[in-house]
Parts: sequence; C-alpha cells; structure tokens
Amino acid sequence: MSRTLAEKVWEAHVVRHGSGAEPDLLYIDLHLLHEVTSPQAFDGLRLANRKLRRADLTIATEDHNVPTVDIDKPIADLVSRTQVETLRRNCAEFGVRLHPMGDAEQGIVHVVGPQLGLTQPGMTVVCGDSHTSTHGAFGALAFGIGTSEVEHVMATQTLPLRPFKTMAITVDGELGPGVTAKDIILAVIAKIGTGGGQGYVLEYRGRAIENLSMEARMTVCNMSIEAGARAGMIAPDETTFDYISGRPHAPSGADWDAAVAYWKTLRTDDDATFDAEVHIDASELTPFVTWGTNPGQGLPLGASIPDPEAIADENERVAAEKALAYMGLEPGTPLRDIHVDTVFLGSCTNGRIEDLRAAADVIKGKHVASGVRMLVVPGSMRVRKQAEEEGLDKVFLDAGAEWRQAGCSMCLGMNPDQLAPGERSASTSNRNFEGRQGKGGRTHLVSPLVAAATAVRGTLSAPADLEN
Amino acid sequence: MDAFTTHTGVGVPLRRSNVDTDQIIPAVYLKRVTRSGFEDGLFAAWRSDEQFILNQEPFKAGSVLVAGPDFGTGSSREHAVWALMDYGFRVVVSSRFADIFRGNSGKQGLVAAQCSQSDVELLWKLLESEPGTPVTVDLTDKTVRAKDLVAPFEIDDYTRWRLLEGLDDIALTLRHEAEISGFEADRQTWLPTTDPLPAV
Repeated sequence: MSRTLAEKVWEAHVVRHGSGAEPDLLYIDLHLLHEVTSPQAFDGLRLANRKLRRADLTIATEDHNVPTVDIDKPIADLVSRTQVETLRRNCAEFGVRLHPMGDAEQGIVHVVGPQLGLTQPGMTVVCGDSHTSTHGAFGALAFGIGTSEVEHVMATQTLPLRPFKTMAITVDGELGPGVTAKDIILAVIAKIGTGGGQGYVLEYRGRAIENLSMEARMTVCNMSIEAGARAGMIAPDETTFDYISGRPHAPSGADWDAAVAYWKTLRTDDDATFDAEVHIDASELTPFVTWGTNPGQGLPLGASIPDPEAIADENERVAAEKALAYMGLEPGTPLRDIHVDTVFLGSCTNGRIEDLRAAADVIKGKHVASGVRMLVVPGSMRVRKQAEEEGLDKVFLDAGAEWRQAGCSMCLGMNPDQLAPGERSASTSNRNFEGRQGKGGRTHLVSPLVAAATAVRGTLSAPADLEN
Repeated sequence: MDAFTTHTGVGVPLRRSNVDTDQIIPAVYLKRVTRSGFEDGLFAAWRSDEQFILNQEPFKAGSVLVAGPDFGTGSSREHAVWALMDYGFRVVVSSRFADIFRGNSGKQGLVAAQCSQSDVELLWKLLESEPGTPVTVDLTDKTVRAKDLVAPFEIDDYTRWRLLEGLDDIALTLRHEAEISGFEADRQTWLPTTDPLPAV
C-alpha cells in the first residue's frame, strides 16, 4: 500500500497497535530534556519508584532560563537558578547526559540535537517543548509533549498516540532575492491559520523546499506548531545526508551505508494520498512580517495594517481589534512605518550559523539606528564559536549590536532578556503572543534579513530598503 | 488521577479566540519545580485588569470555562493545565483545542469538551445574561447542560474511558513491557545513542 513519509515513520515505530478506541503505542528514539518541563516529570518517577528506562536515548541541555551575559557567575534570579540546579541534580541521579551553561555543546535543545548528529531521518524525537517540530526537517517524526508525557517517555520510552492526519504543503517555484524560509512559513501560517494544522503532520515539499539548506528547512519545520500542527516533516535527500555526515553521533562506515540506504526509502510514495493539500507559489512570496498577537496575523512587508471592520468572521474581527489595541497600531498604517525599540536575532527558529551570516551580511559596515538596541543570541555555544571564527561577532559589535551567549533568551523572556511594557521588537523568534517577550511587550516576527535591515533603519524594513 | 463522571459548577464565558498557553500562564511562572500552586499565574496579565471576567462575581468561583476557538495554542507547557486546575477549573469548553493542550488535559483530568461554535455562542449568551448559572458537564453521555440548553460535546473515546476510570497512563503502558522489550531488541544497531563520545 502506498504511504506518506509520516505514515512510514509512524509504522516503523509501532510497538503495538491499539484496538478500537485504544491508541497505538509508539517507540521514541530520542528524548530531549531541558530545565523547564522536566522537574515535575523526574519527581513523578521518584514518587512512583520508577526508573528512567533509556538514559542512553535521553539528553539534556540548559536553555530556557540561562542568562546570556555573565554565564561564569551563578544565575542571579534565584528561582531560575533553582530550576537549573534541579535539572543538574536530576540528570546526575538518573544518569542523563547534560550540557550545562558554559559547556561547549550547551545551547537551545533544538539546535543542539541536530548539530550533534543525534537527529537523523526516520527517527521519532520528542521533547517537552512545542518547537520539537524543528527536527522534522530531517525526515524525523518530531513533536512537542507535555510534562506528563515527558514522564511517560522517561518510564517507558513510548507514547500512546493516535495516528496524525497528513497534510501536504507544496511550495513550488523559486524564492526571490531577500525571501527566506522564514517568509515561507509565515506565509503558510497566514494562509492556513493558527488552527489549520490541528491534528495533522505537515509535509513540506516542492521545488522551493528541496532547494532549501538544512538550516532553512529547520526554520520551516520549527514553526509548524504555529499553524497548529504538532509536527512538520521534509523528506531526507542529499542535502540531509551531507549535513549529517561526519557529525559526532552520525553513523560511520558500513553503518553509514546501511543508514543511507534506509533513509532513501523515507519518501512519500508517488501514488500516496494526503488528507489535505495546500499549494504555495514561492515566486509570489515577499518578506513577511506579523502585525498582530498570533503568528497567523501576518502580511507582506509592503502591506498596511488591516482594518478589523473589513473582516467578515466575527471571531477574527474581535481578535484583530484586540490585537491592534495591544500592539498600539492603527488600521491603514504601512508596516514599513512601524518603529521598533529592539531587534532580537536568535531562537530555535533563526539562531543558527546561516541566520547569523545572513544578518551580518546585511548589517556589515552599517550601524544600528539610534535608539534601537539589537541583541544577537547564537542558538548554541558551537554556533557562537563558529560565528566568532568567521568574525561575525565583530561585524555585529561594530554595528552597535550586543553579542551574547547561547540560549532561548528574548524569544520567551524567561531570563533577564525581556521587552519592557509597551516596547516594540522585530524578532526572528516564533511567537508574537501578548507578553511573550516580556509583560506588555509588542512583537513583530521577521526573518533574519528583515531583522538586520530593521535594526539599521529603525522601522520594519527589508535589505532592499537599505539601497535607497 | 481522580475519576471524572459529572461536574456542576459556575460557567465562565471567555469571549476570546486563540487563547494561547502564554496567556493561560506566562513563562515567568514556569520556573517553579513543583506541581502545585500555579493558580496565581492563571491568565496573569488579564487578571491585572479589574474588568477581566475572573475578577467579577460570581465568575471568580468558576469551574467551567467556555472559551472561543483554538484554545491552548502555542507552547506545550502543561503548566497551563495545572494553572486552570489549581484555580478550580474542571472543564474547558471550546469549539477547537490545540492538540498538545488537549493531550495534556487528558493526562491531568481536565475535561476538554469540544462543542460546536454555535453552542458555545448560546452558552456565552446564557452565562452573560444570567451570571452564575450552573453548568453541568456529564462525561457519561457527553453533554454540557445549562438551564434548558443541552449541548453535545466530543472527546475521544480512549481519553473518556481513562477519565471515567481515573487511570494512570504509565501503568497502562507498563502492562506491555514485553512488547516494548521485543521492539527494542529489533531496533537498528546504527541508531544513535546519547552515550558520551570518547574524548578526541
């Protein structure tokens, strides 16, 4: 029977098929942990006197809480410090490998897994973090779980789940200059809505997707959850194999050949059918930014703030009115006229070396606009080191930006990197929810290229605007 | 987990769509390492506004939240479910739930009752015109009842069974230990482990 990529990976991990209403039991190949969603799960194990079944398929890093300055000092926020120290104690007690603050492999969990070569095609990957969808870029079935499920995976290395439906997101054509993976995914979310992917695994396919680098594919899959889908996937190909080859945990020798032979079977069969299909023409895309308080409220940079009065659906109209009130924006204002106070370059969406290179290329020899602060936060210590070897840190510092240590940082403001009330940001992160980057903060989601150009002009801008 | 068959309590109309988990509980409350006491973080930003529905009598004592579509989107934080339950909510009614939130609810015993949007609108009107109206959520016949209104709701059969029985997922899975071990014995040997790499 012909099957989609997601169905192939699912079937390969079914420990037992459920009968009737009972879900399938799915085996989990890799469990990623961080300090925020794991403490109560470890406690649950202890209370029930249960063991961690597969410490050798589990890895932890410190990312959500960690400061991005003074990392050689104890964390000043005592509650954050306690949470990080709890992770250290738990990992020591249960024998979990941990990359703590200051370690050469520390970083955002979704940057660390792929760069170590732990994320491979056809695997099931979970983490108590919704952006686990990132790993789907390798043709893995990867999704975020809650803390009860974290405990369940710890105890059993499995999860009871019902199969997802499948949706093909076909992006044909070629991207224009200055248009990136971030613009693709923001356009997808605006098209299908924040609930459009609920219950589905999204498979991104088509020429524009095949042409993306591995890191750009991760940006696309990362934000699948913003369309309501737990997972996004891209079929592995030579780009994928080249990326994995030689990484610390990649197979080698005969194992490599066996793995690649298997990975090459991980494609949706030609005559397989999806439960839903969406088409997007890449050549029609332009830099995309959000104006509201959910990631579906986005428009091309050349557009203006929409008028809620013109929205027919009552719920969407009310949502738009509330969003504009929160964002302090008036209908009809061109997006390019919106001034920002802060530019944040980083996160599991856009904190990889290619993102930093792209932004550095735009900002090189220019200066961050007066009154604007720009934070550059590498996704991992390894990304940071690579960037420094390439001199990118100097480019950002010369432009007046701040060059920080690795972590989730201002994406969610669990550490001191936050927006003040009323402050407005252009952010390469993934969520523009109310208060996401700090209570009262206002977020516009953008690509690294738009972030860099915006930093220079002080208003939402594309690199092309700098040439005028 | 406590078993759930039926619950009657004050219904709270929350006329908002896309209530993401950052709104349900902001990240700053996620730094705790305990599993209780999250009620202070529930809708923290909105509750600082005196006009917010949970600051009004009789809604303060609400236990059935009736919200707009796409409830629980965004972050996977189970703290959102803990915060709702710690505050006293036992049920959320919406026409559409985010997948992870729905799953987390089922693990903790919070009923995510999926009604039609037209029934949600009827509930909103009733709860706004007659504040304090008791709402009964019956998991045995899958209905939400308030005065003359009877609204059917959807919940998947397995979650419903577990909630009715109050069963722990992990214990259920561990009954299949032999099958898990059997699966592990057949895994490809080249699959990665997280064992530390030899020092170079």
